[in-house]
Amino acid sequence: MKQSKKILSKLYMALVLAFFYLPILYTVVFSFNSGRSLTRFDGFSLRWYEKMFNDSSMMSAIFYTIAIAVLATIISTIVGTIAAIGLSNSKKVVRGIMEQVNNLPIMNPEIVTAIGLLMFFSMLGIRKGFTTMLLAHVMFCIPYVMLSVMPKLRSLDPNLADAALDLGATPWQALVKVIVPQIMPGIISGALIAFTMSFDDFIISYFVTGNGVNNISILVYTMSKRVNPSINALSTLIILMITIILVVVNVVPIIKEQREKKKKRAQLQEEA
Amino acid sequence: MKQFRNMAYPYIVWSVIMIVLPMLMILMYAFTQKGNDVLTFRFTIENFLKFFSDPIFLDVLRRSLWVALLTTVLCLLLGYPIAYIISQTSGRKKILLVMLITIPMWINMLVRTYAWVGILQDKGLINTLLGYIGIGPLPLIYTDFAVVLGMVYNFIPFMILQIYTSLSKMDKSYLEAASDLGANKVESFIKITLPLSLPGVISGITLVFLPAVSSFFIPKMLGGGQYVLIGNVIESQFLTSGNWNFGSAISLIMAIIIMISMYITKKVDKTGQKEGGR
Repeated sequence: MKQSKKILSKLYMALVLAFFYLPILYTVVFSFNSGRSLTRFDGFSLRWYEKMFNDSSMMSAIFYTIAIAVLATIISTIVGTIAAIGLSNSKKVVRGIMEQVNNLPIMNPEIVTAIGLLMFFSMLGIRKGFTTMLLAHVMFCIPYVMLSVMPKLRSLDPNLADAALDLGATPWQALVKVIVPQIMPGIISGALIAFTMSFDDFIISYFVTGNGVNNISILVYTMSKRVNPSINALSTLIILMITIILVVVNVVPIIKEQREKKKKRAQLQEEA
Repeated sequence: MKQFRNMAYPYIVWSVIMIVLPMLMILMYAFTQKGNDVLTFRFTIENFLKFFSDPIFLDVLRRSLWVALLTTVLCLLLGYPIAYIISQTSGRKKILLVMLITIPMWINMLVRTYAWVGILQDKGLINTLLGYIGIGPLPLIYTDFAVVLGMVYNFIPFMILQIYTSLSKMDKSYLEAASDLGANKVESFIKITLPLSLPGVISGITLVFLPAVSSFFIPKMLGGGQYVLIGNVIESQFLTSGNWNFGSAISLIMAIIIMISMYITKKVDKTGQKEGGR
């Protein structure tokens, strides 16, 4: 009875994981298809990769996606961290209101945020394109950075900065040498969230962009209306990139931890 | 540390301009008519009347709610067991399983949705497999089935992770106490595990329902050009027909419906927790 239950739960888990990974695998396999078909595999070839690298619209989409993700991450991480430090020292009322305001882009359906920004940019008369897309990405990334920095600030000892100031540090030194190193893990995870949010964004980018500035998501959306296997090549490239980033982010801390453990063990042995 | 307080001011200004102002613009556009500039600002509820008096739009609204509801229920029914199974494992296996659920979420939604276009074709993978056992080909792509499948596929990780988090926070000693007091496994699941995982279920429901009701690229990619949900209507009002007033009104209607449904789920959650506490 118990055995059969275990097998059943394992089977179910396997089915769901297959459901998760089948489309990803399918994309990768068909990116190497020599034919045009999305359903019949004719043989191995790299022609869609060749086509992708020669397609200027695909290359520029990759460029814009990365450029905007990097810029939006840097700006939103810096601004978000500064704002979080400021707010954590502000009056409770101000902090409460700002938390509500920050929740707007997180809780609102993306399409609502998108049309709001679209109308806002056109009211100001800003030319739709790189600038509007970057501004929009910075706008929706900052709240996520603040969400991951705020808890770290809350667990910080409030006397720490005061102690630094009493010992003669300038406020700037207290900030950079005492507070920021303490909240670094929150800043890094905030930056990571910001990067992936910006890298994967479709809806907001789709509404606020224009004049031929596309990111990968927009390109996939507009190209998917016709059969185009180079999309699979592009997708495979993205899957590869994300997998590498995820492996690095998840495996590096484990390796570091093991190394530190080894060091500690060695130290203990020496002491003994 | 009052000297750091000034650091918040630039962001306060920024967020009023970039977050609050665009939201106010939606409100303003929704309650005015096209052609008005700031000087001849005229209040009207015509945009809302236009929506609610047209059976086509009401039909779209009904279908959007139905698809989102179906997606949410399916995510809950399929996702809960997965979250439960993961919470029962331990150590490395647990970390690995959580990672396997999380990885697809990091890969672009458009990319993952596009893959289904090939899989669901008449000569695609599923119909080929069905052909071997003598079924089909079934019409899969450009149907309700394809749209709901695409939504479940995209949003179920949110549900699983939310429920898993609340299950793993649960104090295992409650279950031991229940079994000491003579409850069998089914009883202790219904009386203890289920009520304690309710907060996760509720936030999972919100995280699935919200994007499902407003989604527009999944219906377009998997439902075909003729398949229209409320997100598609908003998209076309802004990007093709250019009627921003009407588009704003529709998105306001959608936002209000979402707020009401969130309020209801939270209410249900509260009463559920009270009963669970007893």
